[in-house]
Amino acid sequence: MNASRLSTVNIVALTIGFAFLYVPILILIVFSFNESRLVTVWAGFSTKWYAALLENRQIMDAAWITLRVAIVSATVATIIGTLAGLTLARFVRFRGRTLFTGMIYAPLVMPEVITGLALLLLFVALDWDRGYWTVTLAHATFSMAYVAVIVQSRLVGFDRSLEEAAMDLGATPLRTFFAVTLTLIAPALIAGWLLAFTLSLDDLVIASFASGPGATTLPMRIYSQVRLGVTPEINAISTILIAIVACGAVAATLVQKRSLVLRRRAEAAARADV
Amino acid sequence: MNDTRTPRARIEPWNDPAASAYVRVEGIAKSFGAQVAVANVDLAIHKGEFFSLLGPSGCGKTTLLRMLAGFETPDAGRILIDGADMTGVPPHRRPVNMMFQSYALFPHMTVEQNIAFGLRQDGAPKAEIADRVAEMLALVKLDGFGRRKPHQLSGGQRQRVALARALVKKPKLLLLDEPLGALDRRLREHTQFELVNIQERLGITFIIVTHDQEEAMTMSSRMAVMEHGAIRQVGTPAEVYERPASRFVAEFLGDANIIEGRVTSSANGRLQIAAEAAGCTIAVDGDGLAAGAPCAVAFRPEKLTLAKDQPADTSSNAVAGTVFDIAYLGDMSVYHVRTDAGATLRVAAANSQRMIERPITWDDRVWVTWAPGAGVVLDR
Ligand SMILES: Nc1ncnc2c1ncn2[C@@H]1O[C@H](COP(=O)(O)OP(=O)(O)O)[C@@H](O)[C@H]1O
Ligand SMILES: [Mg+2]
Repeated sequence: MNASRLSTVNIVALTIGFAFLYVPILILIVFSFNESRLVTVWAGFSTKWYAALLENRQIMDAAWITLRVAIVSATVATIIGTLAGLTLARFVRFRGRTLFTGMIYAPLVMPEVITGLALLLLFVALDWDRGYWTVTLAHATFSMAYVAVIVQSRLVGFDRSLEEAAMDLGATPLRTFFAVTLTLIAPALIAGWLLAFTLSLDDLVIASFASGPGATTLPMRIYSQVRLGVTPEINAISTILIAIVACGAVAATLVQKRSLVLRRRAEAAARADV
Repeated sequence: MNDTRTPRARIEPWNDPAASAYVRVEGIAKSFGAQVAVANVDLAIHKGEFFSLLGPSGCGKTTLLRMLAGFETPDAGRILIDGADMTGVPPHRRPVNMMFQSYALFPHMTVEQNIAFGLRQDGAPKAEIADRVAEMLALVKLDGFGRRKPHQLSGGQRQRVALARALVKKPKLLLLDEPLGALDRRLREHTQFELVNIQERLGITFIIVTHDQEEAMTMSSRMAVMEHGAIRQVGTPAEVYERPASRFVAEFLGDANIIEGRVTSSANGRLQIAAEAAGCTIAVDGDGLAAGAPCAVAFRPEKLTLAKDQPADTSSNAVAGTVFDIAYLGDMSVYHVRTDAGATLRVAAANSQRMIERPITWDDRVWVTWAPGAGVVLDR
């Protein structure tokens, strides 16, 4: 029996599954192009709600804040996450390694409400005013774990003799790190950054805890507006958000896939005549 | 090949007491936890030598090489290169380059960039780098391959890129870890020759690690045979092959018949040995052993002679037996002879005539004889 062939049952299951996932999103996208102000009645195609978005100061402010938070927090998460991933992959034996590994993975499975609450308590204890910087920090905190995992898995099977060869040829350890190690794991860094970026972009829970007045992110703005009723403008901004997140996720996957192909090719080449 | 190697055979700095060693390894030791990788090694290697470290897998060859390159810190002892103590000198400051067993070519760089890497670290001018890279590509016969990435090359080509990259900085010492290990047999033989040629042309001191005794014998000026992290014998290939110091060396390097016995008399540099297990008396060059001392004598199979007729003198260096197996190797055959006392001897004979008048075959009664200089008394 060929297990990889699609049977009728499989096709039906797949269709239902995808329908569950994507029909609501499709409806949202379709209605963002609705002429009518009523979100449930179709009155012809229009892009006027996208134009109206540009006039909506609240949404534009929120979008701008969200973008800044996402870019800065993804960058911070990539730097710290890379260092953590390197440490986990490289220093096989150090005191507390198991604990450290567990602590890196914990945020991946920790309920967001708890992460958010913990961060809130921290900011209160430190007496920090909640706002742009606290959201950014909170996002960096939870997304660095994802970066660490991606970097660590890229470093498994990394040929250390490449670094030794660089040093042997006169490169200082620092130059070796940038010219060889970092260059070779760059795809993992890019994928990690993109993932951290999209995680920050669509986060509501942690942002609600960590943010304060003047730093309302887009998901927070959408959520608070929706409680007053869904408007086509909300549909429009949501559609844009979906597009950005989808692009980020697809790009992250492509970068990783491509680096995997390159790596396989290099490894196959190394093996060919051994 | 022979004509290029004759001049070196005449220059023997290791026999010259006035010559000082270029690379000096003094009492180097290294353990990984309880595992002793290198135990108290001393070596003196001269400028321009092609020196081999030979030994079975796991005997510590790579570890010794990595200590020379600076990747491992010795637990004890020190290394001097051209008079400079290397203790505490990091790899990137040593006048040493290494060719890695896996080649370790940078996969994200072209062949040219790989070769130029070392020169770029020194901040050499662009024009000079380009010249040197072109020179190296020509040296390893890879002109026109500079723009390729390593994965677009064959195994043999990658090996040559690795060599060019390691040579481009003209190191005082080049370390090669099993440089031909990944190549197929034909390519390996060809590359051995190339490697020796390049080494002689550049005059750079080479230390090469190998577990292939044939490779070490063909290429080296001298070699060190290692076992369990220690050096068992150092010498030219001929010295080590002809006069192995121990049973391990005799058996690791080529084939050897080892006959155990007891010294019955010692006079005028000649030992008489009674070998009861083989059923013969051995007269062999040697001294330093008193009558009654147990000893072992090694014979290379090609140093023994096989005959159907009984020799004139059977009092010593002759033993009768029966052929029980013949391995035909083309250029020669190895006859397995069981002596009447029950020991097994391997005798190699060149198949120089296509038709032997009275060919020796299975179950023939034969006599194995040898000259007094044929055997070597082993230290242990
Ligand atoms: N980094 C290391 N950690 C632990 N043991 C090692 C390490 N490197 C080598 N060894 C051990 O030291 C011994 C010698 O290894 P090596 O120098 O690689 O031998 P060779 O190159 O002669 O095959 C082996 O038993 C090996 O298992
Ligand atoms: Mg080795």
